[in-house]
Amino acid sequence: MTCTEFLALLDDLIDDSVTPEMRLELQQHLGLCDHCVVTLNTTRKTIEIYRSHEIYDLPAGLRERLHAAIMARCKKGC
Amino acid sequence: MATIQPIAGELEPHPDVALVARVRGGDVSAYDELVRKYERQVFRIAQHITQNREDAEDVMQDAFLKAYEKLEQFQGNSKFYTWLVRIAVNESLMRLRKRRTGRMVSIDEDVETEEGSVPRDLADWAPDPEQNYTQAELGRILEKTIKGLPPGFRVVFELRDVQGLSTEDTAEALGLSVPAVKSRLLRARLQLRERLSRYFRRGKSRKQPAAKEPSAGKQPSAAEEPSAARELGAEQ
Repeated sequence: MTCTEFLALLDDLIDDSVTPEMRLELQQHLGLCDHCVVTLNTTRKTIEIYRSHEIYDLPAGLRERLHAAIMARCKKGC
Repeated sequence: MATIQPIAGELEPHPDVALVARVRGGDVSAYDELVRKYERQVFRIAQHITQNREDAEDVMQDAFLKAYEKLEQFQGNSKFYTWLVRIAVNESLMRLRKRRTGRMVSIDEDVETEEGSVPRDLADWAPDPEQNYTQAELGRILEKTIKGLPPGFRVVFELRDVQGLSTEDTAEALGLSVPAVKSRLLRARLQLRERLSRYFRRGKSRKQPAAKEPSAGKQPSAAEEPSAARELGAEQ
């Protein structure tokens, strides 16, 4: 397996949607290629960091104001 | 405390199905529950596409009002949230078109960019690299980094990786094919990884990126933000 072939399956590996046979091939490549180990680990970390930090959160006050506006309009039948 | 007992032997439907049925029956408080459940997610999608807080607020409001108004058209063969996201994406794109005097804006075009398709920065990251930054610094780094991606990548990454939608639901919500979602997701993940490496690589002192990247240590000014027109230009 080449690095390009590994990369094409990177998402499937991260999303745990590879067959056991394919997983074995990917693991064999990882045993030989430090670059792909780094790519896999840092890509996983990228997802984990974005998942655990909400970058566009609504402040509570704003949430309530928007929420009240939506509900007031809905009650009038939009 | 009153609880709703499921009927024995009956498969429990998605909770949204019952809420939608109550709204259709005239119970506005059920819609209130749906708004509270999804307002943050809808706001984030609108932010990712419009890159403007005021627009995102308007989009959030308009999307929920439109969904309420069109609820009769909701077939129920898709999930309510997927349907709502589609409305929010369309509202966001309409908002962008207004700002850009009618210029067509779309997220369903394929984005021709080679950036990030091959990893170049292969330095390993420090263990728990995010701990080298304060929450505020980290928030600015993450925001600046994702803003550098084309809108079609940002929204796919948000739906799949942050909100945890399936590939199929993401495709349905965005009106994209499953292969298009997969292709964008891979490139989004790799581009974000590449860009974050500048901050998180092993041996990187936390002061260095702040000096190199002006907005890492303060609020980004409008001039520093990537031009949305330029980003969309990459899609043409």
